[in-house]
Amino acid sequence: MSENGKIRVIVATDCGSTTTKAILIKLVDGEYRLVVRGEAPTTVEAPFEDVTRGVLNAVREVEELSGHVILDGETFIHPSDGGDRGVDLYLSTSSAGGGLQMMVAGVVKSMTAESAQRAALGAGAIVMDVLASNDGRLPHEQIERIRHLRPDMILLSGGIDGGTITHVVELGQVISTADPKPRLGMGYNLPVIFAGNVDARGEVEDLLTKKTALSMVDNLRPVLERENLGPAREEIHELFMEHVMAQAPGYNKLMGWTDAPIMPTPGAVGSIMETIAEQRGIEVVGVDIGGATTDIFSVFQHTFNRTVSANLGMSYSVSNVLAEAGIDNVMRWVPFALPELSVRNRIKNKMIRPTTVPQSLEDLKIEQAIAREALRLAFVQHKSFAVGLKGVQQERTISEAFSQSASGATLVNMMDLDILVGSGGVLSHAPRRQQAALMMIDAFLPEGITQLAVDSIFMMPQLGVLAAVHEKAATEVFEKDCLIHLGMLVSPVGTSQEGKPCLKIEATLPNGTVINDDIPFGEMVVYPLGVDESVEAKLTPAKGFNLGEGAGKPLECTLTGGVVGLMVDTRGRPFELPTDEHKRVEKLEKWANAFDAYPA
Amino acid sequence: MAHAYTPGLRVAEMTVLRKERLLPIKGKVIVSKGDHVSSDTIVAQTHLPGNVQLVNVASKFGLPPEDLPSVMTKKAGDPIEKGKPIAVTKGFFGFFKGTVNSPCDGTLESISTITGQVILREPPMPIEVDAYVDGEVVEVFENEGVAIEVKGSFIQGIFGVGGERAGEIHIAVDSPDQKLEASLLDESMKGKVVIGGSHVDWSGLQKAMKIGVSGIVVGGFDDPDLKRLLGKDLGVAITGSEDIVTTLILTEGFGAMAMAGGTFGLLKSREGKKASINGATQIRAGVMRPEIVIPMPDAELPAGDDASSSAGLDIGSSIRVIREPHFGSLGTVTELPNELWKMESESMVRVLKVKLADGSETVLPRANVEMIEG
Repeated sequence: MSENGKIRVIVATDCGSTTTKAILIKLVDGEYRLVVRGEAPTTVEAPFEDVTRGVLNAVREVEELSGHVILDGETFIHPSDGGDRGVDLYLSTSSAGGGLQMMVAGVVKSMTAESAQRAALGAGAIVMDVLASNDGRLPHEQIERIRHLRPDMILLSGGIDGGTITHVVELGQVISTADPKPRLGMGYNLPVIFAGNVDARGEVEDLLTKKTALSMVDNLRPVLERENLGPAREEIHELFMEHVMAQAPGYNKLMGWTDAPIMPTPGAVGSIMETIAEQRGIEVVGVDIGGATTDIFSVFQHTFNRTVSANLGMSYSVSNVLAEAGIDNVMRWVPFALPELSVRNRIKNKMIRPTTVPQSLEDLKIEQAIAREALRLAFVQHKSFAVGLKGVQQERTISEAFSQSASGATLVNMMDLDILVGSGGVLSHAPRRQQAALMMIDAFLPEGITQLAVDSIFMMPQLGVLAAVHEKAATEVFEKDCLIHLGMLVSPVGTSQEGKPCLKIEATLPNGTVINDDIPFGEMVVYPLGVDESVEAKLTPAKGFNLGEGAGKPLECTLTGGVVGLMVDTRGRPFELPTDEHKRVEKLEKWANAFDAYPA
Repeated sequence: MAHAYTPGLRVAEMTVLRKERLLPIKGKVIVSKGDHVSSDTIVAQTHLPGNVQLVNVASKFGLPPEDLPSVMTKKAGDPIEKGKPIAVTKGFFGFFKGTVNSPCDGTLESISTITGQVILREPPMPIEVDAYVDGEVVEVFENEGVAIEVKGSFIQGIFGVGGERAGEIHIAVDSPDQKLEASLLDESMKGKVVIGGSHVDWSGLQKAMKIGVSGIVVGGFDDPDLKRLLGKDLGVAITGSEDIVTTLILTEGFGAMAMAGGTFGLLKSREGKKASINGATQIRAGVMRPEIVIPMPDAELPAGDDASSSAGLDIGSSIRVIREPHFGSLGTVTELPNELWKMESESMVRVLKVKLADGSETVLPRANVEMIEG
């Protein structure tokens, strides 16, 4: 794009439900780099009820920290003067006001309904419920559910083009009868997108035109063996702007300021991850653990998947982690004895006062124990969703289409995973990076050789929206400034008894140290290997252990370092903690010490 | 930054509150501007559309959907009666007639020749909204509801369960750090709002519910008891719709914690007065806390109202610690350093220095205290 050459200064904001974050990117010596980041409380709620207040405050902090003048009063200065004044591009994402909450409907739960769910999640929505003709509920129960949930938008799909229209029209009847009302504002009709059998358009129009703001897009499953999610996703983004965002206080003004449409935050994160995975040809898992929700994104076999665990988080939803994981699963990560009553009351107190921070080391360890379970549960949900037929690139025969829905095999293959990226307060703001590494290893249990990283200041939303407008700037900043590499992790798959052989590692570190170590089963080891450092290594797993080449097969490879170092985990896969209380605590302490995770 | 602002829960001795009482869908407002209403006065009413039942008549008769109109004995808009026919087949020479009876009373809403379904709607359900507080109707929103203004005391809790209730205030303990034991409750407290001290346990709450106490206001409660009360672990703090006779409001949090002196003192000074309470809590964007409203229509409003709620945290401010260590302790701010401090957890945070009630001094993250307001 010739115009790209003119873009020297970029400001991007992300309006979260509690904080608005702004970043300043500048073209320096032919390269786009992050200059500074600022933040301010989001101002969607009373007494301000105008999202632009928070945006201006965050941008002013950027001005103060960088010395670059961006605003003239309350107006962005366009364009930049080539020096320290003005911006060429201003973009924004938003998840304020609870983000985009949708219901989706499809005829068969595991087929069109699942495709509809994927389209909605991919567009950055929280899917409140999935309706299907075969979901086991009676029509009046489905109607009650629609009325009760009050979504921001409904995506209706069902039927392949040219097939029977009966079932999808039945779903249309259910929606029409429920006469759904939108969550925000009384004065407009609920947006409904129809992305089903084109032959049913007439009937669906008759049923829904008067009661809803109906729009039609191409069938998201035109034939059984192919998905076509793009048009539905684009329509969701458009309606999100037109209807949902337009209802939120101050957004009309903000929409007038931005040089590209405002994207839902998770949609933007998905977009940057898809771009990076595509460019580098790698398999990626990313996680963003927030106060209320945990989002997981993955790209395996060129297929992007996103899940939102709407009630797994570290503040508002912290109590739900306990409810879903159970007290025993949370307590197993706590390296000291604590009465159940005390843990329960502490977790509830965090829920009712969600902005408090752990002051004592003991409190920090409890919080990180909960985080492990939140991440683990969210990843279980992700793996069970990232299955079967995906995007349009992947055509399959009809028999494969049936067999996969029956088997439901996940696409997530931990052995193939190249990089695991963590973000969100508990990971990004852990006092020591080693703690983030340990939480991610314990929750995700990577296999083989995996690079670990954290997005230290959670820039991915802003870079995602930037990628849609200026890919070069987005990828340059992503590579140089966004990720903090923790280092590579070597984790052989297999199990054995403690102390038995597991892995032999041979390498010469950049500082001249020669490694020729036999690491027994049940250990955690860290070797010093810094950011931008790498080492040629020979890894020989013991009999029964696999690093991706087959059981017992050696592997010669390049391992890269990071702020933690080169990490080795011989605790086995599947991983199990000792059941004996004393032994469990002893092990947790030993592994944490190996990582130098906590102060002595 | 000269000030750090950590808002606390509102405890106002005398204030003017405005409560909007709105219908879920449009309906009829039955009071007028200027009317004086009591907490149980109905202010607006409407009818919710009835439940819907779908009957696939075509498949019951084995007919193609397009033939449906030929068998229907009722058409769209017709009233229907439970057990009475809505469709009949002709049969052979008048014999072997097939019949589909209506599963409910109501109206026939539509007949689909695409799906073969008939949609029946049950009669509308009446919905009423009461005033919740004793006060004056100051605004009428046509077809939607009213705004009621009430002058009196207002106290916010930190967490509650149970919906709107009203009752006379009864103080059941001698001090804010005394526990509300079951033995302190008796039949005379039926329909009242009982004020405990630091804690109520399972047996105390059980007894209160058995007696028919309207509400309990205490410092703390234990999470395992909350699980017993709700029959499940509470995952997300969205409460208020629980089907329980006694609304429970916590002023401090989970565990045994002395009720803040100001809150207890204010409630004590209002003993015998009528209070409207609501346990509904939502800790999300648009936070909602449980509340106690004590109407005092004849009292004088102090000059400047309770402006303290908008003041910032400053040296000399009274605070309450809201996380371990020192959770629940009260203190006074002695210093507000600007630079970040390293905590024992190694987190770098903004802090304040506090003199606690026991005379000791400590440094705490600003995020871990809240102002005691009012």
